[in-house]
Amino acid sequence: MQMPVPDFHILNRKAEIVTRLQEVLPMDAVIHEPNETRVYECDALTAYKCPPLAAVLPRNTQEVSAVLKVCYEIGVPVVPRGSGTSLAGGALPTMDCVILGVARLNNVIETNYADRYIRVQSGRTNLSVTGAVEVEDFFYAPDPSSQLACAIAGNIAMNSGGAHCLKYGVTTNNLLGVTMVMMDGTVTEVGGPYLDAGGLDLLGLICGSEGQLGVVTEATLRILRKPEGARPALIGFASNEVAGACVSEIIKAGVLPVAIEFMDRRVLEVVEKHAKAGYPECEALLIIEVEGSEAEIDMQLGLIRQIAATHHPVDFRESKSEEESAAIWLGRKSAFGAMGQINDYMCLDGTIPVSELSYVLKRIGELSDQYGLGVGNVFHAGDGNMHPLILFDANKEGDLDLCEAMGAEILKLCVEVGGCLTGEHGVGVEKRDLMYAQFDPIDMEAQLRVKDVFDPSWLLNPSKVFPLNVTETRRSARY
Amino acid sequence: MIKPESEVSLSNFIREAEGSLRILGGGTRPLGLGTGEALTTSGLSGISLYEPGALTIVAGAGTPLVEIEAALEAKNQRLPFEPMLGHAVFGTTGESTIGGVVAANVSGPRRIQAGACRDSLIGVRFVDGRGDIVKNGGRVMKNVTGYDLVKLMCGAFGTLGVLSEVAFKVLPGVEAVMTVEIAGLDDNAAVTAMSAALGSPFEVSGAAHDPDMGVTMLRIEGFMASVAYRAAELSKLLASFGDVSLNEATNWVAVRDAWKFIDGDGDLWRISVKPSDGMRVGLALGGAKLLYDWGGGLVWAEVAEGTDVRGALVEIAGHCTLIRGIGSGPVFEPPTGALAAVTDGLRKQFDPRGILNPGLMR
Repeated sequence: MQMPVPDFHILNRKAEIVTRLQEVLPMDAVIHEPNETRVYECDALTAYKCPPLAAVLPRNTQEVSAVLKVCYEIGVPVVPRGSGTSLAGGALPTMDCVILGVARLNNVIETNYADRYIRVQSGRTNLSVTGAVEVEDFFYAPDPSSQLACAIAGNIAMNSGGAHCLKYGVTTNNLLGVTMVMMDGTVTEVGGPYLDAGGLDLLGLICGSEGQLGVVTEATLRILRKPEGARPALIGFASNEVAGACVSEIIKAGVLPVAIEFMDRRVLEVVEKHAKAGYPECEALLIIEVEGSEAEIDMQLGLIRQIAATHHPVDFRESKSEEESAAIWLGRKSAFGAMGQINDYMCLDGTIPVSELSYVLKRIGELSDQYGLGVGNVFHAGDGNMHPLILFDANKEGDLDLCEAMGAEILKLCVEVGGCLTGEHGVGVEKRDLMYAQFDPIDMEAQLRVKDVFDPSWLLNPSKVFPLNVTETRRSARY
Repeated sequence: MIKPESEVSLSNFIREAEGSLRILGGGTRPLGLGTGEALTTSGLSGISLYEPGALTIVAGAGTPLVEIEAALEAKNQRLPFEPMLGHAVFGTTGESTIGGVVAANVSGPRRIQAGACRDSLIGVRFVDGRGDIVKNGGRVMKNVTGYDLVKLMCGAFGTLGVLSEVAFKVLPGVEAVMTVEIAGLDDNAAVTAMSAALGSPFEVSGAAHDPDMGVTMLRIEGFMASVAYRAAELSKLLASFGDVSLNEATNWVAVRDAWKFIDGDGDLWRISVKPSDGMRVGLALGGAKLLYDWGGGLVWAEVAEGTDVRGALVEIAGHCTLIRGIGSGPVFEPPTGALAAVTDGLRKQFDPRGILNPGLMR
């Protein structure tokens, strides 16, 4: 993976840049000693590391604005960072950049239950948003697996999803408004607590723009009343293909579970050891969760059981208690971590049409044999968002390259069958060079023009999302 | 009227166009002053892909909305956002097209639960003002690859490009519909009751209040047994507000399409605010003929010709669109500050010659 050559003019001006930043921020908010900037050298894509020139930790919108103004005037690239849980390298620094971390922006500003929204500073973690409204039995719906750690700012940047978005949608469907600081320091309000904002849908454009259009400092999020109850069921199958076919049948039948999660044997074995969730032994497992009153849950699971029966499941189990439900979800949510304990892995994130699940799983198996690298599959089957985990040995020469080559083939396969490169993790640096597989040059140019409008000097997270050769003219124009 | 029969001929036409173009689908929602040569997308018609098992449908922008809805209904599915028809409020005839629905981000009462048109739209193809054919999004529900131009195009009223194809996530249809009705509430109590219902766990899919009929309506949809249960629970919850009854035949199409404003005189405005501000809108526009939808978050208001509605609502956050009449000030809420510059910049980038619906959204 290639990153742009750092700008020596900026590296040479480090002392001056640090001084200018210290003038607008509290002393402890500017991190510049090499042993301290190392903390920010990577995010959750740990294969790539590079310490930044400096990192800043502002506490409010005004401080963010002041930082950006300084960087804009000097021409320093800025890489915004939420909690650093990006699996795509969205917060990976360059040597000549300032990392703008939002970790200190973690307050709740307003909760409004009558209008069903909460306004928070963007560094607040995903789970603590729900934590702030739980007393009134409300929750914030998007639930990425990293929700204990990940920040709303990062969720907005990547338009994060989660296990329950089959019913509730992803971040963009639950975001009502933001306060955003533009690269030149201008503070702007986009959207608000009302349902539709006037003018162009700039909020929709900002969400998922990977921190390239502005820095979001506050967000108004839709909150929902918790359902009366929820219950997961486990269905084990003799093969991946049959499990995939069952998913499609359930959706066609008119039942809309809140979540349909898929795990294959390799993942199941590891997770079972790690989380002891009581998963049945099988080739493929579906976790299907439905919501409502007791009677409604019984009825929906009854229908699902009928449909599953036509696919001859090896096991069908409903959770019988809160504890069992929690264990089932703990297993699923800790799957990535559990896999990480036994092996290095690369987590892919392509989405495919649900009707192609069986075919794509079969092809991934074939590619696994061809490359000689194991693959575990754990993903959101209801919406076709796959997460193949390619296992490799980081200490073995050439294994990472092999793994990346195989990952690229899988993602191209996703695009070929009508899907896309990334469903919820974002492009970052990881899938940057694969953008050609999905977009023609004209499609990409239309997106670059959007960045030209928001950030004409191309200083915000400039080396991400698009292939470097595509953005080179624009990035170098700033010097 | 120009009617390209393919995306390529649409592209060629725009590339070679020498003056302003007035972009139309079926012309059923003539919002604002269109100028220039009329260009309709109705030649780009037909469903190109429908996969009920994947909950997705893809169609040409000129496909009639009725054709999409009929295809979905045949498989017991539907568009989640319940698009309204403009015939009653605009006094138009003709076929609403799916591209027009997208261009205007048209939603109905279910928007409060299932999101707007923009939330179900998962892919677009369009021709920008340069004549370039651009695609964004696709046909899968979860897709964060590159910038989300899908959302940007939805509700852009053709000012950034002419849609040629659109793709949606759809939802299963329902077995039963029941409406909990409360009689005789004033606007204040009605909005409070709607908030209580929408903040309950009973999945209300429509929350409207018609002050003239004196009825507040809360819709429940789903499987038969589930609907009966939730309607009963919701009735209990709302009993303290007033006289509660169940109605299986509430006319939600009349709410969706704002039938009560057909043939009206005066100016008709569509006002989007925070739901609990709905009653403040009613109060500020004293004497207006009103209909509240989206739990109070959408207010239809018919006022005397030339009333300065934006002026009257200046204290309330939100935005107003003039649907019909003389009005006061621009038809669309004009963007301000940094957003005005961004909007302007985007229009220049996507349509450098300024030929696509130049008079709209200003």
